[in-house]
Amino acid sequence: MTARIVAPVVMGIVMLALWEAVVRVAVIPPYVLPGPLLVARTLIDDWGMLAPALVVTLTITLQALAAAVVVGVLLAVLFSLSRWIELSLFPYAIILQVTPIVAIAPLIIAWANDVDLSLLICAWLVAFFPILSNTVLGLRSVDRNLLALFDLYGAGRWKTLIHLRLPAALPYFLGGLRISGGLALIGAVVAEFVAGTGGSASGLAYRILEAGYQLRIPRMFAALVLISAAGIAIYLVLSLLSYLLLRRWHESAMSGEG
Amino acid sequence: MPVVSVRSVSKVFANGVQALADVSLDIEPGEFLSVLGPSGCGKSTLLRIVAGLAPPSAGTIEWPAGKTDIGFVFQEPTLMPWATALANVALPLGLGGMGRREREARAAEALAHVGLAGFERVYPRELSGGMKMRVSIARALVTAPRLLLMDEPFAALDEITRHRLNADLLALWQKTGVTVVFITHSVFESVFLSQRIAVMAARPGRIVSDLAIDAPYPRTESFRTSPDYAAHCRLVSARLGEAMAA
Repeated sequence: MTARIVAPVVMGIVMLALWEAVVRVAVIPPYVLPGPLLVARTLIDDWGMLAPALVVTLTITLQALAAAVVVGVLLAVLFSLSRWIELSLFPYAIILQVTPIVAIAPLIIAWANDVDLSLLICAWLVAFFPILSNTVLGLRSVDRNLLALFDLYGAGRWKTLIHLRLPAALPYFLGGLRISGGLALIGAVVAEFVAGTGGSASGLAYRILEAGYQLRIPRMFAALVLISAAGIAIYLVLSLLSYLLLRRWHESAMSGEG
Repeated sequence: MPVVSVRSVSKVFANGVQALADVSLDIEPGEFLSVLGPSGCGKSTLLRIVAGLAPPSAGTIEWPAGKTDIGFVFQEPTLMPWATALANVALPLGLGGMGRREREARAAEALAHVGLAGFERVYPRELSGGMKMRVSIARALVTAPRLLLMDEPFAALDEITRHRLNADLLALWQKTGVTVVFITHSVFESVFLSQRIAVMAARPGRIVSDLAIDAPYPRTESFRTSPDYAAHCRLVSARLGEAMAA
């Protein structure tokens, strides 16, 4: 367990030190490649500007994730209740998933007429599919004999859904949620880049674009660090949630011998 | 008057395989009946049809005294992994609409009857194979059914655990007076448990003999080593041999 923490931390420190050393020894100018110390100092100096941008990006990400959960789970439940709805809609869900978000983001931004809403739609489009497909898989991966048992005791579709299918789908849903958390952030950032080229956004991606135009490369790096940190934080929080919900019963959350 | 009558039931699967051909069987109230046969003879299919989990292709299932509550025990424990032992046992009562307090009290009682008092809050993965099967039996009995259908429930357990569960099942049967239909492919198990054994042959599945095991109850471990037991096993084995040759 300690090795799992110590090894990557040591590796990270070595790489950062090497980076700093290369920048200093080769006298690379900051507008080409800033050293990690300069990036850290920029992060602190520009915090007043970067923090609100982080809040904007995170807000869109979390809203998109929440919408992805609601729509993904509702659609999955509908699919599990009706084969016809699934057959009719699932291909379109796949089309939405495989269409590159950069390609449709300009359209959405033009149609939505509201920057925040269009960013939200873009991030949601990227995030909802893993939740949908995983939850559909989970709702179907129910022990046949347990289904027979519910049948035997006269439980209708609704009770079977609440007491059997949904709990059985929970580990699958949580797996999808962890993927979607990262995707929602990517979707938000990509959409911001597209919207940002129109000059109307205020999130981290827009700060990166802006800093790029002004050749403030250390600020670009600082914003990049924040995006990565946000992605890691989302992943960790969702992993913790998953662990807390599953630790009593699911194999994936077992720590060695239970 | 039988609890349930199987009348000329046949079953043909969608792939054309005939699982059962003209099976008739009366199940008398309070009896312990084993259905013995080789793998693939359709005995599990027969049990599922009696339970109403699958329709017969021909023939009928009749309930002369009215349809009764059924308890069903599968070959695997078939527990919900996210629910405690207590919640698993309380499930049939909850699906029937009983309030929380009462169903948990009844489920705790059912757990105590199978020797699992104190394990109410334990999750299935923390239980051994034998204990999981006990939870499964408690769940089947919690509604106090008149008919208990068991589909090779102990086939996956080790011999020591199986013998203990055999003895405990007989004690439960004598205490509750429930009618038991017990599917097995073990001659020894069927002779130890049953008052009556229906021997099945395969392809197509049919009942080829119906034997009474008239040894008295309670049957203890000493019954397993008695000459009487050995004689019954020999007879049933011979019938099973004929069934498999037929």
